[in-house]
Amino acid sequence: MNRLQWNTFFARQPALFALVLLVLSIVINLFFQPNMFAPGTLNSNMRVFLPIILLAVGQAVVILGGGIDISVGGTVSIVNAVLATQVGLDGSPQDMWKFVFISLLIGLLAGAINGFFIAYLRLQPIITTYATSFLYGGMALFILPNPGGGIPASIASLYRTSTPLNLPVAFYVIAIILLIWLYLSSTRFGKFLFAVGGKAEAAYETAVPVPVVHFSTYVISGFFAALAGIAITMLSGSGNADIGGPMTLNSITAVVIGGNPLSGGVGGVAGPVMGAITLGIIQNIISFANVDTWWETFVKAAIIVLALAAPGIVNLFRRRET
Amino acid sequence: MKRISISPPVAALILAVVLFLLSGLLPNGFGSNLDVARAQAFNILRLAVFLGVIAAGQTLVIISGSEGIDLSAGSVVTLTAILTYIFVNGADERVLPALLIVLAVGALIGFFNGVGITFLKISPFVMTLGMAGVVTGAIIVITHGSVTGRVAPMMTRLIARPLSPDLQIPNAIIIWLLFGILMWLLLERTTFGRNLFAIGVNRVTARLSGVNVTGMNLATYALAGALAGFGGFLLVGNTGVVHLQLGQPFLFPSIAAVAVGGTLLSGGKGSYWGTMAGAITLTLLTSLLTTMQMPESVRQMVLGGTLLILISIYGRQRSLRQ
Repeated sequence: MNRLQWNTFFARQPALFALVLLVLSIVINLFFQPNMFAPGTLNSNMRVFLPIILLAVGQAVVILGGGIDISVGGTVSIVNAVLATQVGLDGSPQDMWKFVFISLLIGLLAGAINGFFIAYLRLQPIITTYATSFLYGGMALFILPNPGGGIPASIASLYRTSTPLNLPVAFYVIAIILLIWLYLSSTRFGKFLFAVGGKAEAAYETAVPVPVVHFSTYVISGFFAALAGIAITMLSGSGNADIGGPMTLNSITAVVIGGNPLSGGVGGVAGPVMGAITLGIIQNIISFANVDTWWETFVKAAIIVLALAAPGIVNLFRRRET
Repeated sequence: MKRISISPPVAALILAVVLFLLSGLLPNGFGSNLDVARAQAFNILRLAVFLGVIAAGQTLVIISGSEGIDLSAGSVVTLTAILTYIFVNGADERVLPALLIVLAVGALIGFFNGVGITFLKISPFVMTLGMAGVVTGAIIVITHGSVTGRVAPMMTRLIARPLSPDLQIPNAIIIWLLFGILMWLLLERTTFGRNLFAIGVNRVTARLSGVNVTGMNLATYALAGALAGFGGFLLVGNTGVVHLQLGQPFLFPSIAAVAVGGTLLSGGKGSYWGTMAGAITLTLLTSLLTTMQMPESVRQMVLGGTLLILISIYGRQRSLRQ
């Protein structure tokens, strides 16, 4: 194949770039953690990665539709605060499942608020969700002013230790998400999503219900943010209203290194899932590489910026060659 | 019916006056004591100076369009405040070199933002958010969690004290007025300002009319970084102490101040006078909430809600149907 064919091949398979990065990071990680694929280690890694994976899936759908959702971290925080205060460390499982259900409704509502302002009032996605991220983050802090509370240990361990068929729960979640995505992208909604993300005006002129599609992407993102909030609460077992804030940028980074451009209309969900896992493995590598504690924040942030820059750097070289 | 239109800066000022009068009616407000009222007005103006200066850079990048925004401003303020604090260490003769250093450091960070945004095509929001993480990491590396230093007596005299005992206006306010005039000159009376508005309206037409869009973008982000650096310098001169979260609380209000002042968040239209009025309004709003003893969470929600309402009024995008 000549270079042009390679380029179109890569352009048609955006997840391929993510796959290469994922394999690369796994190989490096194997040096530090040779037992990486042992069931116990695999599970303890995947249960940490799952919240960001879920968040990245929701973010990917919004970005595919040509938007962005900065408020996902705030939604995660609200869900965490609600579960930690309403269920409590000595709550019953029934309470837990009741509030898991309520959390999902909260996520849908948070997404619907974003969607209403962006799709129907036609506000800019970035600044709108930035504003709502303060609303949601403030709400979480209002519910849970100081870190504390939690969920029953039995339920937390259900998330941490259950491995049906010796495979981490995260694998089943990912499989379900990918199957749903596979179906969804072949439906009319899937085609509309790509059309709207590619060029909203053109989609509008060909009778695509642009506001409905935009609105639904934010609702989906809010729903996944709630799932991520439930997952991270089960992982940590405790409440902290600041837990979601730093996760927003990670979810966007996962989407970008997953091969979906921020301009929208291109990509899928498999890439961002791999991007999120890659991001998690990179964090693993940093902690194994014995980076000086004072440097850790800097190194992590620098790697995120480099990851965000990677597609741009590749493009720069590509343009120079042709 | 003729619609009455008030320009946003004037509307913001009226809102500020109303808020100020309201704050006087609070149980612990100034009531009918004019001397206390005047002292409180100057106090709020002095607090608004720092937000106003930090929001100056934000105004520039937002006017430059293409979703321009600078989320690294908060951490740049912290970094430059700490650098000033360490470098000056109580010596008057080191104040000027310190100012030059922080301007250069701010400009350098802003320049990196510009490079990522212009050449690597990273969205400004994501790039500057990533940069905020890197700068925070750098602060931890530099300080190792604790800072030793001192501001110089000259800085306190020049920034926090009034010009003379008869004239009870703190110098910071006078500095801000001069600064405002310089910003007005920059935006309205220089080629840079004209080109800035041009690229904010439409980058393609600007380039075709001979504007160096790449250079303008780099210069705008570098200048925004330098202005945030100046903000950090002023801030530490006023407070006299630093901590690792000094600048972060100014970030969201700096964007909201620009929006309150009527600068379009989509770029191409705005003024620094508006931002100054916005900074005063937001400082009043925050201090009003503090006087009412509202917790941090409520303040966050009010700020988020304010921005959401404002962009619903000013920030609507063009309708899809044309």
